[in-house]
Amino acid sequence: MNPGAIRDKVSIIGMGCTRFGENWYENVDDMIIDAAYEAYDDAGIGPDDIEAAWCGTVFSGARGTFLSQPLKFRNLPITRVENACGTGIEVLRNAVHAVACGVYDVVMAMGAEKLKDSGLSGLPDGEMHPVYGQGGTAPGRWALAATRYFTAKNISTEQAKLALAKIAVKNHHNGALAPKAHFQKEITLEQALSAPIIAWPLGLFDCCPTTDGAACAIICPTSMAKKYRDDYVLIKGFGLAVGPGWGKEDFDYNYEYLPETKAAAKQAYEQAGIKNPREELSLANVHDCFTIAELMEYEALGLTDDPIRDIEEGTFTLEGALPVNPDGGLKAFGHPIAATGLRMNYETYKQIQGKAQLPERQLKDVTLGLSMPQGGHPGRLLPAISILGRRED
Amino acid sequence: MTLGIEAFGAYVPIYRLKRQEIARAWSTGAPPGEKSVANFDEDTITMAVAAAMDCLHATDIGTIDGCYFATNSSPFTEKQGAALIATALNLRREVSTIDFTDSLRCGTTAMKCAFDAVKAGSSNKILLVVAESRLGAPRSEFEQSCGDGAVAFLIGNERPVVVVKASYTHGDEIFDVWKGNKEEFLRTHEDRFVLTQGYFANVQEAVSKIMERQKVTNNDFAKVCIYGPDSRRHRELVKKLGFDLKTQVQDQLLNEVGNTGASLALMMLVSALEQSQPNDKILLASYGSGCDAFIFETTPEIGRVKGRLGIEGHLASKRYLASYEKYIMFRQLMVTDAGRRPYLVSSPTVLWRDRKWVLGFSATRCLDCGRLFFPPQRVCYYCRSKDNFEYVPLAKRQGTIYSFTKDNLAQCPDPPEVFATVHLDDVRVFCRMTDRDPDNISIGMPVEMTFRRIHEGGGYPNYFWKCMPMRKTADAVKESK
Repeated sequence: MNPGAIRDKVSIIGMGCTRFGENWYENVDDMIIDAAYEAYDDAGIGPDDIEAAWCGTVFSGARGTFLSQPLKFRNLPITRVENACGTGIEVLRNAVHAVACGVYDVVMAMGAEKLKDSGLSGLPDGEMHPVYGQGGTAPGRWALAATRYFTAKNISTEQAKLALAKIAVKNHHNGALAPKAHFQKEITLEQALSAPIIAWPLGLFDCCPTTDGAACAIICPTSMAKKYRDDYVLIKGFGLAVGPGWGKEDFDYNYEYLPETKAAAKQAYEQAGIKNPREELSLANVHDCFTIAELMEYEALGLTDDPIRDIEEGTFTLEGALPVNPDGGLKAFGHPIAATGLRMNYETYKQIQGKAQLPERQLKDVTLGLSMPQGGHPGRLLPAISILGRRED
Repeated sequence: MTLGIEAFGAYVPIYRLKRQEIARAWSTGAPPGEKSVANFDEDTITMAVAAAMDCLHATDIGTIDGCYFATNSSPFTEKQGAALIATALNLRREVSTIDFTDSLRCGTTAMKCAFDAVKAGSSNKILLVVAESRLGAPRSEFEQSCGDGAVAFLIGNERPVVVVKASYTHGDEIFDVWKGNKEEFLRTHEDRFVLTQGYFANVQEAVSKIMERQKVTNNDFAKVCIYGPDSRRHRELVKKLGFDLKTQVQDQLLNEVGNTGASLALMMLVSALEQSQPNDKILLASYGSGCDAFIFETTPEIGRVKGRLGIEGHLASKRYLASYEKYIMFRQLMVTDAGRRPYLVSSPTVLWRDRKWVLGFSATRCLDCGRLFFPPQRVCYYCRSKDNFEYVPLAKRQGTIYSFTKDNLAQCPDPPEVFATVHLDDVRVFCRMTDRDPDNISIGMPVEMTFRRIHEGGGYPNYFWKCMPMRKTADAVKESK
């Protein structure tokens, strides 16, 4: 890997993101259109300026026509990518590589997901084997990690539940301030602690919802970005670590840390030239599909070596030293799978530009922001990371 | 003559339902005791595998060349149970698999055929498994009386612990107890007719003939194992036959297990063998469309083998079903809300291709670095050696819980569904947990493996292995007394 090959070569000149939530009135095409046209307007361009596109969805469609049909693109090179919950970063990464090598100038990256039409509690089942692993659930798979993690670290059930509840309360607080979030409602610690159990030890408020939404980025070479706007945002680097998916079965895998996440972070920090993420990052959008995931990711991303202490000290709150999930994260902003990575970047992009909708949630002096959705579950993760940065010239 | 039984074992599901609880549901009087109830993930196939494992725990299965399965309550009317059981047990390919069914005495009929096959030399060792989970209609006497259970025997002529001295059989035609192929529940005719012309007449005839031919008298028998539809009729019959109820007649376990149909007399036999001394004579008689009778004699080897848990161990390890409603749901007699989770799918192709690990529960061991994998892997995760492995069966291994969750979102007839990663010595297995008390699961807890139904996607049972808390061994039960 040549870590410097991508840094600052490509910039985001426009972004769009639909309201996340139970979008009963919109189908996936509607959400794609809404995200795309917000991004066009933001970049000051129109559909005819797009030269190529990457689109992503996990459960809501397939192939390039997923994008070309609603947006009426005529004969463009469009590729559908899928990498589970990391899909939103994957469309951007593939688009950025294409622009960086000089094949295209103005490229769209779109992620969209329509989950609320399935009528299911939770996600559709991705497992295809008739008996092995079938019938398992996403919270159940993360709960296996939680049970082991807390036991191995000698953290009592009460302490553990409290730490997880604090993450949920923080993310709901942040979501309540974010106009496009699925849940715009504060919750109390007591509510979180007394919620019904979904998959022990995870309760209702430890789990993110299923959500509809779409998010979009328009990119071009940094050398051209000024043509479109002054406050374009630089792409600093990516990380993607697809593990061998054998942790649940690996006798040596201990559920105490997330090796894939650590590996992806190493790649991304190298590409972005980050030495001390806790000091250098202004914000981090992480994959809080379940609160235990956010807790374990603090450590895996190198943001702390003692997550429980930092949760207690409020390090990751909006007012803290390193705000994590300032828009509410998956927990409160929602998780339309393939849209999530781009939604995270939308938050960083707007925070860097000083356009975080409400003054209460605008962070100060935002220079670098990390986004990390990760597919799979402990032992079988595929974390995808992107890092965006402010123009320093 | 050395033809006989070389090993034996049994299985009784962990759940019991108090007859009082059934009576509560229907506002009727309660017969005494309780009955055993198969968990929602059990059927006669899974119980047969459990009984066979109990029987074969110390046997070299490579010597077995027959697998006979007898039941009146197979999950299939056309599809062999014996072949499925043989595959789950990793018996070798050239095993004669046969199902016996459609009669209350199909268990003893299968036993007779096994003796005959070994005697004739066409088989050397035959595994015989008899399992029953007969369904009585809600509010019927059958619902109160029928229990679930299984037995297994290894039939051979090398080192029997009990030899067969004589056998007798006759067939008879009568509508006593039956179930048509479009009927879900057992039916019976007016009981005085059934008893006098069916049960009493047939068993008396068979017992008197076999004793007469063998020139034995009542006092020669240490134990008498005779099928009986209920305790009162059973007592009445053995009195007619002149056996001493207190010293000779083997308890039917009707108050602990219930009427296990084709398994019943054979479960009594296992109970008797568990307490036998060398050179005990035992009389066995079943009933159903005629009668099979046998005279056995234990050998000096009788103390040598016994089931890992046997009847005694399985009886000592039990949990009560909380309610009749739960029983009704376990037997799928009530339509319940399925929840809003994805449909469970299946594939006969995949189940067939993966039968070595789905049914036979075999891991692979990398022959380069020695590490084990479940499910089997072609490329070693540790040393990346390719296609250099051997299969290692895991079903007998015991282990501990490495991590677990109690999942209320997962579809399960008895939530929460417990998923666990389990360490079976040096291999990790991800599986469901069954027969568990949700309030009593912890990391490090000892577990063993059990063959169960996972779901019915595709409209048929999809079998696989689950872990469960260790059931105590018969020896441990004795110590704790």
